Amino acid sequence: MRYEVADSVAGAASLLAGEAGQSYVLAGGTDLLVQLRAGMISPDLVVDIKGLDETRTISESGGAYTIGAAVAGAELGEHDTLGTVWPGVTEGAELIGSTQIQGRASMGGNLCNASPAADAVPALIAADATCTIIGPDGTREAAVADIPTGPGSNSLGKGEFVVSINLPSRPANSSDAYLRMIPRTEMDIAIVGAAVNLTLDDDGTCTAAKIVLGAVAPTAIDVPAAADALIGTKLDDDALAAAAAAASAAANPISDKRGTVEYRIKVAGVLTKRAAKIAYDRARKGSAS
Amino acid sequence: MTYDLDNLKIVGTRPIRPDGVDKVTGRANFGADFKMPGQLIGKVLRSPHAHARIISIDTSKAKALTGVKAVIVGEDMIDIAHELSQTGETAIDVHDLSLNVLARGKVLYDGHALAAVAATTAKIADEALALIDVQYEVLPHVIDVDEAMKPDAPVLHDDMFTKGLDETPTTPSNIASRMEMGLGDVEEGFKHADIIIERSYKTKAVHQGYIEPHAVVANFAEDGTAFVWCSSQGHFTVRDLCAKLLGMDSSAIRVIPAEIGGGFGGKTTVYIEPLAIAMSKLAGRPVKMTMTRAEVFRATGPTPATSMDVKIGVTNDGKIVAADCEFRFHAGAFAGSPVGAACMAGLTPYALENARVVGYDVVSNTCKSGAYRAPGAPNGAFAVESAMDELAQMLKMDPIEFRHINAAEEGTKAIYGPTFKQIGCKDVLVATREHPHYKSNLGPNQGRGIASGFWFNVGGQSNAAVNVHEDGTVTVVEGSPDIGGTRAAMAMMAAEVLGIEYERVQVVVADTASIAHNDGTGGSRVTFATGIAVTNAAEDVVLQLRTRAAADMGIDVEDVVWQDGSAQATKGDAKSMSLADIAAKAARTGGIIVGRSSINARGAGPSFATHICDVEVDPETGYIEILRYTTVQDVGKAIHPSYVEGQMQGGAVQGIGWALNEEYFYNEDGLLENPGFLDYRMPVASDLPMIDTVLVEVANPNHPFGVRGVGEAPLVPPLAAVVNAIYDATGVRMTELPVTPIKMLAALDAYKEAAE
Repeated sequence: MRYEVADSVAGAASLLAGEAGQSYVLAGGTDLLVQLRAGMISPDLVVDIKGLDETRTISESGGAYTIGAAVAGAELGEHDTLGTVWPGVTEGAELIGSTQIQGRASMGGNLCNASPAADAVPALIAADATCTIIGPDGTREAAVADIPTGPGSNSLGKGEFVVSINLPSRPANSSDAYLRMIPRTEMDIAIVGAAVNLTLDDDGTCTAAKIVLGAVAPTAIDVPAAADALIGTKLDDDALAAAAAAASAAANPISDKRGTVEYRIKVAGVLTKRAAKIAYDRARKGSAS
Repeated sequence: MTYDLDNLKIVGTRPIRPDGVDKVTGRANFGADFKMPGQLIGKVLRSPHAHARIISIDTSKAKALTGVKAVIVGEDMIDIAHELSQTGETAIDVHDLSLNVLARGKVLYDGHALAAVAATTAKIADEALALIDVQYEVLPHVIDVDEAMKPDAPVLHDDMFTKGLDETPTTPSNIASRMEMGLGDVEEGFKHADIIIERSYKTKAVHQGYIEPHAVVANFAEDGTAFVWCSSQGHFTVRDLCAKLLGMDSSAIRVIPAEIGGGFGGKTTVYIEPLAIAMSKLAGRPVKMTMTRAEVFRATGPTPATSMDVKIGVTNDGKIVAADCEFRFHAGAFAGSPVGAACMAGLTPYALENARVVGYDVVSNTCKSGAYRAPGAPNGAFAVESAMDELAQMLKMDPIEFRHINAAEEGTKAIYGPTFKQIGCKDVLVATREHPHYKSNLGPNQGRGIASGFWFNVGGQSNAAVNVHEDGTVTVVEGSPDIGGTRAAMAMMAAEVLGIEYERVQVVVADTASIAHNDGTGGSRVTFATGIAVTNAAEDVVLQLRTRAAADMGIDVEDVVWQDGSAQATKGDAKSMSLADIAAKAARTGGIIVGRSSINARGAGPSFATHICDVEVDPETGYIEILRYTTVQDVGKAIHPSYVEGQMQGGAVQGIGWALNEEYFYNEDGLLENPGFLDYRMPVASDLPMIDTVLVEVANPNHPFGVRGVGEAPLVPPLAAVVNAIYDATGVRMTELPVTPIKMLAALDAYKEAAE
C-alpha cells in the first residue's frame, strides 16, 4: 500500500487517476482506517487530502457557504454562523461518533462512504446542497443527493473526489433540523434519521419544505409528499400527522441487527414530525439571518 | 482477633489506592504491554461455522511460508480425560477446556479455535492463517436454549447423556444435567395460596465487556520451564490449567500477573495462554498473542442465555406460601453454565417454607459461557423479582413492604442448605424504603421499579506474607490480582493491625513462583479471604514485635501490648518501643521480621441488595431513559468505602446494559453478528444518571473487620429493577431481555391495540 500526501487538489486528482489498482481518499479516516484495520479493504494507494486549504476551509459569500470536504465535525460546530443558519446540517455532522471522532470525522467522508445511515447526509440533501468534485477531466458540480448510489457505493468516477460541499443562501424565516434514533445517547448508528428544512412567511405559514429520511432505504430518500403536507400550513397537528404518515409510507427499510422494518417505518414518521417542529420553532425565532 | 469496628483509624477511610498513579499516568503494565526480544506474534484460526465436522486441516502451505515458526492444530494437544479443576469459585472440566482451546473433530461455534500460528510479524501470521486449508462438513446448528433441549435438536456431543435424572438416558442430548433443590412441600404450599402467578422469562447471552482483551507472552526455555506474562483473575489458575492442558508440572510454569483491565469473571480460565506456551516450545522463541475485540466476543465466555419459569403463590396478606421455579441455562458449546448458582440464589432473599427449583444445564452452538459477576444470579433474580413485582401489584401492596414481609433474616434456612447468621436483607429493604429517592415524585411516562438480589460470596484459599523492613516500612506480599482496589484494602487492614500509617505499607501481588497458591480473584472473595490472611500475617508480625520488645525490655511477652504502633510495657516502668525501633534492631534480635498466614477461609457473609430505578419511556419511539438509580446494599464493613461504592455503581451499570441493549445477536446461520462495541451496546456515560449508593453495614462475624464480599451482589437486582420501572411507566410487562427500543415500541403498540 502506497500512502501519498497531496500537495494540491489537482495533484490529488492526478495521483488518484494514475493508480491502476484500488485507490482511496483519506480525510479524517474515521471510516477508512476502520475498514482498513478490519480487512474490509486492501488499498493500493491512499491519498491524504486533509492538508489542502480547499478541503479544510469554511467560507461564506452572499449567504452561501462552501465547506471543505475534510472539515471536521468539531470545526463545523465551532463556526461563528453556520450553526445558526444551518442548525440541522450542523447537528447532523456533529452527531457522528464521539468527541474524539468529531476532531476528525468530515461531512465529505460521511457523504462518500455512502452509508444509508450517514448522519450528515439527510440534512445536506434537505438543504439542496451541492458538492464540488475534481477529477481527471477537471471540476464539476453535483447535487449531494446524487453522490450515494447504494450502501457503500457512490457516483464518483475513477480519480474523482469531493473537494467541498456548498450550501445555498437562504430566504428569511428559514431553518432546519435533524433527528436520529439510536438506542444509546451517542456513539451509535442511526436506526432512522430525519431531516427537515423549512421556509416560512412572516405569518409563520410554511412556504417551502424538504424532508429527507436516512436509514430507511439504500440511500437517504427525499419525501416530497411529506413536505407537501407541511407547505401552506402552520404545522398544526393535522399537518404534522400527515407529514409523518407520508414519511412512514415512503420508508422502505430492511430488518437487521439494528432494527426492524416495522420499527423503522413507524419511527420515520415520529422523527419527521419532531424534526419539523424543531425546524419550525427555529425558523419562527428568526434564526436565519 | 476481632477489632472494635467503631474505633478504627484507617479501615473505613478513603486513601488513594497504591496502583492509582500508575494507572492514571499510563505507566501500569497490562497484559498486552509486555514484550520480549525476538518475540513472535501468534494468531488463531477460528471456525466460520456454528457447527461443522472438520474433515481435514492442511497446514503445509502455512508452515512453508517464510517467517512462520510454529503451527499447531488440535491433534497436537494431548488427550485429557474429563476432570474438574477447582479454580476457586467455579470448577472447569479440563477435557472440555482442551477442546475449547483447540477444536478436534468438530467445531462447535462461530469463532471456535482450530489452529494457531506464530510468525515473525503479525502480517505474516495473518497470511499463514489464510493459507491453512480446512475442509468442513457443515452440520445443523442450534442456538436457543429451549430449541436445544428438544428431542430433534442437532446434538453437539455424542457422549452427552443427561446427568441427574433418576435413570440415565441411553440416547445423547444437549441437556448436560438436571438439578433440583427444595424446601418443604411445594404442592401442599400452593393449596394455601390465594393468588398464584406463573410466568416465563428469557434473557440473551451478554458479555462482561472488559476493556482489556486477553493477551499473553509466553517464553518456553530449553530446560522445560515456561515463563508466562498475562493478565488474569487468577495467575495460579492460569498456571495450573496450562500445566494440565500441556502435560507440564505446575512448578515448571511461572505466571507473572500483569495489571488487569477488567475481568468481571471472564478472566478465570484460559484461551490463548496454552497456545502461546505450546508454540513457544515449538519455535524456541517467545510468543506474544493478543485477542482482537471480535475474538473476545466470539470466543471467550459470556454469561449464558436463559429461559425461566416461575410460579409463586401468596396469601392475600402477602405471605409467600410456595415457590416453584425451572431455570434452563445454555452453557455454550460445553457443559457448565451457572444454572446451579441461579437455583441457589434466585429465591434466597426470601424466607420460604415451601420452595423448589429445578435447573437444566444445556449445550448449544455458542461460545462456552463463562463466569460473569454473580454468575447465574442476575438471570434468576430477573425472573423471580419480575414475578414478585407483579404479585405486589396484584396484592395492591407496596413492593418493598411485600418483600419485607417475606424477607430472609437471621435463622432463615436458605434453599441451598445453610441457616443464615447475621444478614442485612431486612435492613437493606428498610433503608431503601426510607431513601428520599423512593419518596420522590414521577412525571408522565415515568415509572419506578425496585428489585432485590442475593449473592453468596465465597472464601477460599489465600496466603500472605508481611515483611517488616529495617527502616520500619512494611511490604505485604499477596497473590490476588487486584481488580477492585484490593491492594488498598490490604494495605489498610495491615496498617490498622500494625498501628502505622497507610503510606508506610506497600502491597505486592506476587507471581506464582514467589508466593504459594491463591484461589483466583472471583466470588467477591479477596477483601474477605485474602484480607483475613493479611490480617493474620500482620497479627503474626505484632506477636513477633511484642516478643522482641519484651526481650529488649527484659519482661514477659504477656506484659507487652501492641498499641498505636508500638510495644508498650504493662508492668514495671513505662517502656515503649515503636515498630521502627524494633525493626531497626531486628538483625541483631533474631533476624528480619516476617509475618505469614495461609488459610482456606470459611464463613463468607452473604450480601443482599435492593435497587430503585426510575425510567422514562418515550411512547412513540420506545426509547428508555434511566432517570435516577439508587443502590442499597449490605456490604458488611466497608474497608474503603469509595471502592465499595464503585463496585455498586459498576454492577448497576452493567445490569442496566443487560436489561436495555446488550445481547449476543446471532443470524440464521448461527454466526455472531455483533462482535464489537458498536453493535454490542454497553451503556455509555451519557446514557446514565449518577448511580447513588447507600452502604448498609451489617458486619460479618467471620471476618476480623466484618467484611462481606461486595462486588457481585450489585449486578443481581438491576435487570428486574429496570423492567419493573418500565411496567410502572407503561403498564407493559416485559419478560424478554434486552428491552431494546424496538421491542419496547412493539410491546407498547400491542398493548394499546389490546386495550382498544
